Amino acid sequence: MFKYDYETVFILNPVLSDDQMKDTVSKFKQVLVDNGADIINEEKWGLKKLAYTIQHKNTGFYSMFEYSGTTDLIDKLETEFRREESILRFLTIRLDKHAVAYNARRRNGEFNKKAKKEEAAS
Amino acid sequence: MTLMNEPINRDQNQKKYCRFKKNGIKYIDYKDANFLLKFVNDQGKILPRRLTGTSVKYQKKVAQAVKRARHLALLPYVADSLK
Repeated sequence: MFKYDYETVFILNPVLSDDQMKDTVSKFKQVLVDNGADIINEEKWGLKKLAYTIQHKNTGFYSMFEYSGTTDLIDKLETEFRREESILRFLTIRLDKHAVAYNARRRNGEFNKKAKKEEAAS
Repeated sequence: MTLMNEPINRDQNQKKYCRFKKNGIKYIDYKDANFLLKFVNDQGKILPRRLTGTSVKYQKKVAQAVKRARHLALLPYVADSLK
């Protein structure tokens, strides 16, 4: 089965305690690993203010996975997301070659100090 | 003499350009909210091409990135004073 590159961002309920959040995130990571995805990058953006209230919450714990996997992995992952109630929102994106190149450049910190114009834009 | 209905001196009549083509930007990241703020007016609405001058191809990418960012609550759907 051909492996495509995906990126998933999801928001966790902020009321969870720290270790609950950790093991929820690791639970999803386990779902990925079990189904044969190889995880390229994992980021935790931590507690962020939401632009609008979701389920009467104003902040959320963001985390992101970048991985490559087969197509049926995505259905499993998404049903897992839907089952978990502490997930406020999730979004899975398939990455094209420009996106993969962009993420690679973003990972090795090319965008932090660059001039405003190109910052995180290229 | 100038034509009656021709705008005489438009202040910014220099040619608009697509900043993505000019800078060679290939991918617009939906996760980077403060970059997307440049393409959204202070009510949170996506700016039209005639104001920003971006080409069709990149305007679609901008719109898609803004909609994804809105879904993830990085950008508001409607805001009163965003900037």
